[in-house]
Amino acid sequence: MVGYLVRRVAGFVPVLFLIISLSFFIMRLAPGGPFDLDRALPEQVRANLEARYRLNEPLWTQYLGYCADVLHGDLGPSFRYPDRTVNELLGLGFPVSLLLGACAMVVAVCLGGAAGLLAGLHRNAPLDYLAMSFALFGVSVPNFVLGPMLMLLFALALGWLPVAGWGTWRHLILPAFTLGTFYAAYVARLTRAGMLEVVGQDFIRTARAKGLRESTVVLRHALPSAILPVVSYLGPASAAVLTGSVVVETVFSIPGVGRYFVGSALNRDYTMVLGTVIAYSALLLLFNLLVDLLYAFLDPRVHLQ
Amino acid sequence: MSHASGRAAGASPWGDALRRLRRNRLAMLGLGILFGFTLASALAPWITSHAYDKTNLSYGAKPPSWAHPLGTDELGRDLLTRVLYGARISFAVGILATAVSLTIGVSYGAIAGFRGGRVDHAMMRIVDILYGLPFMFFVILLMVFFGRNILNLFIALGAVQWLTMARIVRGQALSLRVREFVLAAHAMGAAPGRVLVRHLLPNAIGPIVVYATLTVPAIMLEEAFLSFLGLGVQPPMASWGSLAAEGAAAMEAYPWLIIFPGAALTLTLLSLNFLGDGLRDAFDPQLSGRQ
Repeated sequence: MVGYLVRRVAGFVPVLFLIISLSFFIMRLAPGGPFDLDRALPEQVRANLEARYRLNEPLWTQYLGYCADVLHGDLGPSFRYPDRTVNELLGLGFPVSLLLGACAMVVAVCLGGAAGLLAGLHRNAPLDYLAMSFALFGVSVPNFVLGPMLMLLFALALGWLPVAGWGTWRHLILPAFTLGTFYAAYVARLTRAGMLEVVGQDFIRTARAKGLRESTVVLRHALPSAILPVVSYLGPASAAVLTGSVVVETVFSIPGVGRYFVGSALNRDYTMVLGTVIAYSALLLLFNLLVDLLYAFLDPRVHLQ
Repeated sequence: MSHASGRAAGASPWGDALRRLRRNRLAMLGLGILFGFTLASALAPWITSHAYDKTNLSYGAKPPSWAHPLGTDELGRDLLTRVLYGARISFAVGILATAVSLTIGVSYGAIAGFRGGRVDHAMMRIVDILYGLPFMFFVILLMVFFGRNILNLFIALGAVQWLTMARIVRGQALSLRVREFVLAAHAMGAAPGRVLVRHLLPNAIGPIVVYATLTVPAIMLEEAFLSFLGLGVQPPMASWGSLAAEGAAAMEAYPWLIIFPGAALTLTLLSLNFLGDGLRDAFDPQLSGRQ
């Protein structure tokens, strides 16, 4: 177990290295630079700026220098906000994005899991059709359409929730549902499929034959097996939730990391873009590890090796 | 076993699947809606008399009326026209980028599964690693740094979406390569490439068709996502994603600008999902009703 964890965490290093290298060279091999403004800078100012950001060095020494800095936990100064470091900016935005993403995942798992469970238990009954229509609708409506629609309905027309912004838990509800609905729908389909597969199996018949209560049979015996496909979907889902946060944070004016990602890229804020990609990727790798541990916990046939 | 003469109608896997598909009302509805959208966007110049990029500032942001059934945007452009021309872009990107991802995914997966052993192991390990990457961020970077044109869009989206297809085809190839008809083809001296293309892939066509159908909405969604962020097709051209972005920005005052493009996109994705689910059930009746 400890050996497994050590090996997995050690495996993060080459992946992160690959991610850093890919992003670094995609950005740096493209034409244009952070100081190509409409108004040309005086020669001396430009030279000073380029020296400060090491842009006057050859590309490969910049690359090695950046990697060395990252190993020391230093993501460098932002190009766009010269008096702030990327570490500071991420420190401000990342907790916000993390909270939004976590709430969206909770919506996805709880709402989707419950809908899928009920649909699976009442196969071909009206409840099943209702849940599956919801699921089909959910995987078909893009979050940037759903977000404004929810906003129109619940904030502008009914006035129940704030339109946009950040601060109280009420601000979280619409964005979390906007971001989580697609995955809730997918989770519902996976849970339903899992339930249908499991309920016919021998160990469920045995549990019933023992005279267990129906709720125990479903929740203790059937559900842990039925949600295995959901658990393995959590990894890709979390990656997609992070991506989706770019749009949802824009729609709802949430001061997270995602909202500034596209802007940073357009402004050639190299260090900020790299820092965001690194932070997101590290989070994703860690989350995938947790998912694998959870999977092994739920399915005794899986051995971590 | 008798051949052609003894074959009952619909006994081939294709005929069987099509028959089952035709009985699936939701899938047929989806197909009908998609056909309608395709026809409407192809005939766009004859349906509306407006130009998609003709601005009319004195007639800006008017709600739906007889002259403009879906209203006009803030620059006075007819929204119905823009939605119909936007459909062309959205469909074209969805289909062409799916073709890119299909080509990469099928060749990659087929080679990995067909060769098996160490080659397979190494190739699939790469897929596993790529799966773990936050891919859309790379697509965003590619679009920002290497130009926001349609060609880059095809390549970027197609290059992202091939991973699952590779896994599916690899699984099929692994199970098919030990079947008797493949062994027979080998024994008769067929070259490996020929066995792969003539014997293996045709037998994996069901899952490929099904997954390709489900890839189209995924890619259209991603195109819309990028266009929403301003990284997809550039003005004055419009796709449904960029129309939704314009609509979302102005929705408090002019809600129809988000409602109609959003509804068109949602309806299309819903239809594609109906069709994809129907095809899956048609090709694999055992799976019917699951997922």
